[in-house]
Amino acid sequence: MNHNEPVIEIEHLTVSFDGEEVIHDLSFCVEEGETLAIVGPNGSGKTTLLRAILGLVEYQGKIRIKHGRERIGYVPQRFSMDKDLPLSVGEFLSLRARQNDPNKVRQTLRLTEFPERLLTRAVGSLSGGELQRLLISWTLVGDPMILLFDEPTAWVDIKTEEMVFAVLRSLREERNLTVLLVSHDLNVVYREASNVLCLNKEIVCHGSPQEALTPASLARLYGGEPLFYKHEHISS
Amino acid sequence: MEGTVSNVFLSVIAGLFVGGAAGYVGSLMVIKRMSLVGDALSHVALPGIALGLLFGINPVATAFGALFLGVALIWVLESKTKLPVEALVGVVFTASLAIGVLLIPDEKLLESLFGDISRVTAGDALLAIAGSVAIYGILKFFYRRMMLGVVSGDLAKSQGIALERENLIYLLLVAAVVALGIKVVGTLLMGALVILPAAASRNISQNLGRYAYGSMVIGGMASIIGILLAFRLHLLPGPIVVLVAVGIFLLTLFFRR
Repeated sequence: MNHNEPVIEIEHLTVSFDGEEVIHDLSFCVEEGETLAIVGPNGSGKTTLLRAILGLVEYQGKIRIKHGRERIGYVPQRFSMDKDLPLSVGEFLSLRARQNDPNKVRQTLRLTEFPERLLTRAVGSLSGGELQRLLISWTLVGDPMILLFDEPTAWVDIKTEEMVFAVLRSLREERNLTVLLVSHDLNVVYREASNVLCLNKEIVCHGSPQEALTPASLARLYGGEPLFYKHEHISS
Repeated sequence: MEGTVSNVFLSVIAGLFVGGAAGYVGSLMVIKRMSLVGDALSHVALPGIALGLLFGINPVATAFGALFLGVALIWVLESKTKLPVEALVGVVFTASLAIGVLLIPDEKLLESLFGDISRVTAGDALLAIAGSVAIYGILKFFYRRMMLGVVSGDLAKSQGIALERENLIYLLLVAAVVALGIKVVGTLLMGALVILPAAASRNISQNLGRYAYGSMVIGGMASIIGILLAFRLHLLPGPIVVLVAVGIFLLTLFFRR
């Protein structure tokens, strides 16, 4: 573990929907340049945690973000939009609040392998993989310091998945970006994450994947017998 | 309808600006999928017009007052009850229509419902121009942010865009454009002037720039052609303007992308 300054500090975070706690008394820090994987069963509060960090849901407790929320880039889990929307890819990219110069857009599109010739196409006509590349590009042209990825590869093919993680790696190296990554795939967690947070309403384990993901903690996380071991693929 | 040259000129100018502003406002309404909300909302102007006529105040001002109250009421009810906007608009609009029809003197009812631009004065035309330009300017400022809200509420909120506030601003702009439009096409048909140009423009647009400005141009065109036709044929202009817009919509169906 490196000893950079924390970019996200969370203290006693509790989130309730209609009186029922979805997240209970969470406290942890994320350091600059860290890639923190968040794992846990369905309904364990992973997406809610990201949404609380973004300020999209009401919460109790403290969330401190070093660069402010506007420097967070967010790629949501499901992105469904009206296919018939009269909006070109280029226009969609220009909707990002922090304005961008064309060179930067071009550079970003090269990074995400999004073909420039699609810039004039309607966003609704893109395939799922193209849309995911576009969403990641959209996030990156805003020059984020922190990236929140909610299962970025759940709905895409292998090639796009490889691109997503290649982009993450190069961003980490070039810009020392901090990444929070929700994933169901423990292989991805071992390969990509510096730390892992096991979440099931509260923190079950937290640390490097090798140390934190023990058969015992996985059993506590997913319930029942310790069925899941290192490098086992878990499908959602 | 009959008209002198200056009368025709004033009507066409007022119609051009109000039609353009209505088209621009409508472009967001159609992609926000609240077309019928806009249509119903326009009827909320009716009790306002009635009060204006009863007390001799400019009905555009009192109509805007009524719309403003209606929008505020819908917005507050929505945030308090979490009921869908359509249901709330339905309640407010039917109540307004009932109150309005009772209050408006019989001989003024037709004009209130369907407009009569032949009575537009120079002051009315000036108000229409200034109001339309202001509506365009304000909406242009918010347009991209509101568009992001249409694409994805989460993405917009993650950018710090306060969607509820923007929604209120948008509804107020709708109220303003409807109030301006009551002289041109009347309350019953103003919804059509907001929706039809956008629906037509959407048929022929692949990108936002073309769509929004196309909607504005079609709105202005429908008004001019409709008003001139109405003068020529001695008919009530409101329905003619709307029928021209319907005609343009049908034409664009053939060029659908």
